[in-house]
Amino acid sequence: MEKGFSPVGLRVLVVDDDPTWLKILEKMLKKCSYEGSLLLFLCFYTLGVHLLNFLCFCFNPLAVTTCGLAREALRLLRERKDGFDIVISDVNMPDMDGFKLLEHVGLELDLPVIMMSVDGETSRVMKGVQHGACDYLLKPIRMKELKIIWQHVLRKKLQEVRDIEGCCYDVGADWFTQAQFLGGGEDVSFGKKRKDFDFEKKLFQDESDQSSSSKKARVVWSYELHQKFVNAVNQIGCDHKAGPKKILDLMNIPWLTRENVASHLQKYRLYLSRLEKGKEIKCYSGGVKNMDSPPKDAEINSGHQSPGKSSSYAFLKATETDPKQLAPASVSDPTSGVHMPPKAKKTRIGYDPPNSSGVFDSLLPWNDVPDPLESKPPILYENSFLQQQPLPSQSSYVANSAPSLMQEEMKPSYVNEDEFLMPQDKNSTVILQDMDLSAPFSSNATSNTDSIPGSLNWELPEAHHSGSLDTDLDFTWLHGEHFFANSGLQNFQFQDYTSSTSLLSEPPPHLWYGNDRLPDPDEYTLMVDQGLFIS
Amino acid sequence: MDAHVAQLQMQYRNYILSLYQQGFLDDQFTELKSLQDDGSPDFVAEVLSLFFDDCVKLVGNMARALDQTGTVDFCQVGANVHQLKGSSSSVGAKRVKGLCINFKELCEAKNYEGCVRCLQQVDIEYKTLKAKLQDMFNLEKQIVQAGGIVPQVDIN
Repeated sequence: MEKGFSPVGLRVLVVDDDPTWLKILEKMLKKCSYEGSLLLFLCFYTLGVHLLNFLCFCFNPLAVTTCGLAREALRLLRERKDGFDIVISDVNMPDMDGFKLLEHVGLELDLPVIMMSVDGETSRVMKGVQHGACDYLLKPIRMKELKIIWQHVLRKKLQEVRDIEGCCYDVGADWFTQAQFLGGGEDVSFGKKRKDFDFEKKLFQDESDQSSSSKKARVVWSYELHQKFVNAVNQIGCDHKAGPKKILDLMNIPWLTRENVASHLQKYRLYLSRLEKGKEIKCYSGGVKNMDSPPKDAEINSGHQSPGKSSSYAFLKATETDPKQLAPASVSDPTSGVHMPPKAKKTRIGYDPPNSSGVFDSLLPWNDVPDPLESKPPILYENSFLQQQPLPSQSSYVANSAPSLMQEEMKPSYVNEDEFLMPQDKNSTVILQDMDLSAPFSSNATSNTDSIPGSLNWELPEAHHSGSLDTDLDFTWLHGEHFFANSGLQNFQFQDYTSSTSLLSEPPPHLWYGNDRLPDPDEYTLMVDQGLFIS
Repeated sequence: MDAHVAQLQMQYRNYILSLYQQGFLDDQFTELKSLQDDGSPDFVAEVLSLFFDDCVKLVGNMARALDQTGTVDFCQVGANVHQLKGSSSSVGAKRVKGLCINFKELCEAKNYEGCVRCLQQVDIEYKTLKAKLQDMFNLEKQIVQAGGIVPQVDIN
């Protein structure tokens, strides 16, 4: 449907305790908008109305609000619920940690947040990535870095549209690209396209997206609403059983849609997983070492200063991977299948943990398998795998969860794996959680799976599958079996695995399909050979 | 009259260049100047006054923190250093920023004497810069009063 000219300016909230920077940023942003308006006029004559529509949105004189305190910023954001498009915040603030603010904004308001700091230390940048920042700018900030912030807003809008429209949009292309990615190890086509921000192409090819409102009414998750949400989730109990539909029903809010709940659920899980990370890391000794990739990753992200555009992208990539990996087990919610395809595509990235976390390698194939994922409920995969290899099931589980998380704020990951090694580690830990999720898993496995023998022959304690992904995830559900932590057990499991040749011969097509697509088959083999699966 | 203006402009140009050459200012200052326009003719002066006010406050905080008779809270000092680093990066105060980097390391090492000395250096440095920039503004005023326009100085 033809969109009218809807000039909505980009509304930026800048939060920084340094008055000098506030003044400078305000001036810089205003300057960006003047220059942007000129671009707008030029576009009008050369490009289609669709692109123009988006540009209008982004480039019109922008409204800048500055704020010296984090709490003040939150208050402003909550008061004017739909009043801002993007938040730029300093990391260090006297009253509240910038990362905390970032989390609040992400959870409650789903706005893109850009972090900035004079400190470009790797760990800080990674922290920003983990907390879901769209970008991390190093001070002093240059004009060119500010000029591209509209891209974050636009990307988010596109994602929202996609969320609303469900899986229809561009699934084919996504799968194809993901396949390429798997095969090539590095996303080429789709990633590049996004990387080059080829908006024109994107906009013109996604007519369906554009037909829907480019600016949907954003659901603002107020504290009360969020509390209702949390209550509903807790009521349902095991997180993995908490599907958006159930939560929606429990919340009983007429105007809320399943999509709203689904996306909020993803964010919530990410948030929880982050909280739990500290606890998990201690428990998990299943061989996932902290890779030395973080520095590499950091290097990539730290160099934000000059190449504004590329730095944003680098950061975006990292961000993309990160949520995916931190995705708490989302679920084996077949009803959320609508989210599957896009998610699956996204999860591909960064799912290449180092050998030590080789167990997770198998996750990759699952994430990448488009069609099966789409058609079968996640739980099916889990079941089949569970019975054959604990690892694959785990991965399938993760695949399910990761995609959903990916959906949330992720942009297609088109970064090469190296960058995500660090997040991958996190991913590993998160996966552990996911595994836990499978409480009903073991029992359901049999019932859900038609093709796979329903017996869990593994000496593997079923406990690991019976853990429920409670939000206060602690590993006690492991029932002392420490199934992730016990590498000895892994070997043990492996033997079981190899002995069940029948099971081996049975893996569902998608499993093998996935295996073929493993970017690093060696790793996978290694994993299997060494029994590096999480029992 | 024109000769006078031209002379002032030359003086101004040389002065600015020397500030860069001596490391008092860096690229960010150039950016700051580029933000100034007809809509905000005193932008640079306003930002600089905010910066120097901030310096006074932060140096004061650090002096107090280091003056503790008991154990010195190096975290507190470090936090202030971090803020000063951010501030100085905003106006292109190169020397001050450089000092902050050293200062931060000293805080992390909990080197009391080092910190005290560094703080003194920071104090001297920002005050020196303030004086130099004040001279620069005076030159600008003179040029305008003489009927000329303040030249754009190309650093490169």
